[in-house]
Amino acid sequence: MIREEPLALLPELCLFGGAVVTLLAGSFLPRQRQWIARLLAVAALLLAATAAALALDDPARTVFGAFVVDTPTGIARLVVVAATMLVIGLGADDLAGRARESETYALLLLGALGAVVLAATDDLLVLTVGFLLAGIPLYALVGMPRTAGAAEAALKTYLLGALAGIALMLGTTVLYGIAGSTAYPGLAAGLAGAPAAAVAVGAVGVLAGLLFEAGGVPLHFWVPDATEGAGTPAAAFLTTVPKVGALVAAARLVEVLPGSLPWPLLVGVLAAATMTLGNLAALAQSDVRRLLGWSTVSQVGYLLMPVAVVGAGAGAVPALLTYLAGYAVSNLTAFAVLAARPGVRSLADSAGLARRHPALATALVVSLLSLVGTPPTAVFLGKLTVFTAAWDGGLAWLVVVAALNTVVSLAYYLRWLVAAFRPGAPDPGPGTAPWARAAAVCGTVGVLAVGLGAGAVTALVAG
Amino acid sequence: MLSSTVFLPLLAAALLAVLPVPDRVARIGWVGVTVADLALVVALVARYRTPAGGGLAFEERVRWIPSVGSSYHVGVDGLSLPLVALTAVVFCACSVYGWREDRRPRQLAALFLALQTTCLGLFVAQDLIVFFLFFDLSIVGMYAAIAGWGHGRDAGRSALQFFLYTFLGSLALLLGFIGLYLAADPHTFDLPELVAAAPLAGHPVAGGFVLAALLVGLAVKTPTIPFHTWLPPAHTDASAIGSAVLAAVLLKMGTYGFVRIAMPALPDAWRAFSWVVVAVGIASVLYGALVALAQTDLKRMIAYTSINHMGYVVLAVGAAGLSGSGTAARELAVTGAVTQMVSHGLVTGALFLLAGVLHDRTGSYAMRDFGGLAGTAPRWSGLFAVAAFASLGIPAFSGFVAEFQIFAGSIGATAWAALALPGILLTAALLLRALQQLVAGSAGPRSVGFGDVRAAEWLPVAGLLVLSLAVGVLPWLLLDLIAPASSAVVELVSR
Repeated sequence: MIREEPLALLPELCLFGGAVVTLLAGSFLPRQRQWIARLLAVAALLLAATAAALALDDPARTVFGAFVVDTPTGIARLVVVAATMLVIGLGADDLAGRARESETYALLLLGALGAVVLAATDDLLVLTVGFLLAGIPLYALVGMPRTAGAAEAALKTYLLGALAGIALMLGTTVLYGIAGSTAYPGLAAGLAGAPAAAVAVGAVGVLAGLLFEAGGVPLHFWVPDATEGAGTPAAAFLTTVPKVGALVAAARLVEVLPGSLPWPLLVGVLAAATMTLGNLAALAQSDVRRLLGWSTVSQVGYLLMPVAVVGAGAGAVPALLTYLAGYAVSNLTAFAVLAARPGVRSLADSAGLARRHPALATALVVSLLSLVGTPPTAVFLGKLTVFTAAWDGGLAWLVVVAALNTVVSLAYYLRWLVAAFRPGAPDPGPGTAPWARAAAVCGTVGVLAVGLGAGAVTALVAG
Repeated sequence: MLSSTVFLPLLAAALLAVLPVPDRVARIGWVGVTVADLALVVALVARYRTPAGGGLAFEERVRWIPSVGSSYHVGVDGLSLPLVALTAVVFCACSVYGWREDRRPRQLAALFLALQTTCLGLFVAQDLIVFFLFFDLSIVGMYAAIAGWGHGRDAGRSALQFFLYTFLGSLALLLGFIGLYLAADPHTFDLPELVAAAPLAGHPVAGGFVLAALLVGLAVKTPTIPFHTWLPPAHTDASAIGSAVLAAVLLKMGTYGFVRIAMPALPDAWRAFSWVVVAVGIASVLYGALVALAQTDLKRMIAYTSINHMGYVVLAVGAAGLSGSGTAARELAVTGAVTQMVSHGLVTGALFLLAGVLHDRTGSYAMRDFGGLAGTAPRWSGLFAVAAFASLGIPAFSGFVAEFQIFAGSIGATAWAALALPGILLTAALLLRALQQLVAGSAGPRSVGFGDVRAAEWLPVAGLLVLSLAVGVLPWLLLDLIAPASSAVVELVSR
């Protein structure tokens, strides 16, 4: 008996409706009045956030046979919607008056919708739809600036995305063939006695698709290029929002995989490889966007830790959600600092930030220390809960690897901070962008609020 | 009251960071707030009565993260109150000495006030997450102090080395804390609850790993060999007040962690590891003294004597875990260890401030550049002579009280502790040699025209030395505070 409750999908309907309305309005509005489209997009996000917040206390259930409404879905909705709002905030100065402004907002809303669908579904077919919905807007967003770098990054993203999509569909086919069902409850039952090799092929295929969306090793190659080549708002979006959907989806999938293969170990190895590679590659970067791109790869490594132990204890999913929320706000704050000074490309360009823009320098210090995991910031809370969950789940070695990686990551985040506090060269490029500054300040408050209000956050994610 | 003592400097720091007040106002504010905070601490000490049954005084507990069993829980006892007082004294001395710093004085005041909160907060923390929070933030603050106000050519590099090294230590510490948390049933980060439960008793392997993580984390901070390599460059390139705070307060966080967390929460493992701790302590004492003997740079020399002096503390806390020896001797060792933390803070803080005067006048710390300072700078020479004698452990100063108890207690627990005795001789020799080289003899190339100490320089140094003298002459003032707490620690570790 399938429950049909259209109202349970109200946040998703708001996002979808918002995308359509924004797109339509944009096509009828003159260039200098495109801000109306922005307003419409923000209104849709506010509606979606309200609906998602009101639905948090609802009992957990599956609607339309494929869409789970529970705490992880609720938190993913809130994080995705808040992150998209922050992206629009930090990108408003950059996007205002551009040729494709309203299309960008529509794509952001659709990408956000895709991420929510990924996070919420418990059916492989809907997962495929979510993958496409979250992925295709990315290609367009990356290619939007029409520079050579953006074109190359868009092509790279597209090719890798197409490959990952094929792997995902192949995996779905194989798993369906073995289990006779694409819904996770049926999958869990059907895979229990199935040959391990076949299950491995199917599950690895689906995981590959999710790793592409999350930007995890070995499907991370597009992330640094896209972060460097795309505009700042698109880069902020693609390093934050798809990860939320993909990692929650990965946690839901790993939970139903049978114990015939050591999945915690396999995912744990992926996590270790992702964080180590991301950190080592970030060490060598001198372009701030590329540095942030690699840093987001390393963060996916930490985020995969609770995914690995999702079947082992009750703490894994809340830890994942806590880390996702903390990571999203910290990462977007760092991008907001970038967006506020559009001329800055290299670490050396950051010199003089502390002297000339103390508020932005504070935002940078808070967001980067948060990405390192210094208390009392948001990611510290995430790291604490994630390390605890991983150790509790029997992956103590992974916790040690993650701790060592954290020290390595400190080296490159500090390089950036040192550059920002160096007495300044003349200010490169045009002045600061007011909206992006405001977004940076909001983000800073958010990072500290999540860290200091840890009690409320952990209570929320525990459902 | 305890929380207001802790957070008053932070509040002032936030105001100084945001309001663009004139430099003079910032300096007055800095000194005023540290004096006010010191007054609050004096009031705490005056009202302190040893709580019955090994409890805490001025305890405060507020819900923070109930779902992971962590709360804002603070309180003091005989182990932490002396260090809280030391922190307030040293920061007050530094604020006076920092009066003459003309590089961004407002930001400097804000930074040091914020750093003061992290140090006070760490010593009163009764929850591992709160402890870790202040531990990490003290590293960030000290990094900014070295990188922003250091004066060496390589200040940035030394600061980075300091940050990476101690951050690695802090993560080892975090792993240990998570281990303790997971072992406790119900899971909790609350220190008194963990101490009462001693969750890893009877699990020698897991307990050993958790203690190893804690030991590495705390040993990096202390520092003991082989984790000491960050200390000399950090001191050489830090400003005078940066060095004073680093040596006098931040190093104590490591040794305080031993007596506050590692010993009471992991008694079995501590007893099993205590020989390792004793050996590391003896090695630190001897190695620190020998390397200090080979230094020509005054600040590096003082830095290495810090390793030597903290080695005594490590030796004592190790000896306190040697079951099978008398309780009285082990209690004496712990009391000596805490006294040594206070004594080292007072005396080494004074020595670093005096070394800062040399650099301020001439830009050099090389001892061979000086000589005959007794003629050109009699007040500096007098203060340096007193500080050197206090540091080498002459009776009537705090160092004697501390080291006497450490050796009496440790040798009472194991005769092997006598191996560390040559450390005292070596320290005496090297400090006397430094005194001779700087103060006596003919004037060196940089002694000519050397201006003697000004009020803002001698006042804080004299204040620290007078306190050291007070502890040396009236030791019971301090010992009555510490002794009940150290007997509680020995009782806990003997469980």
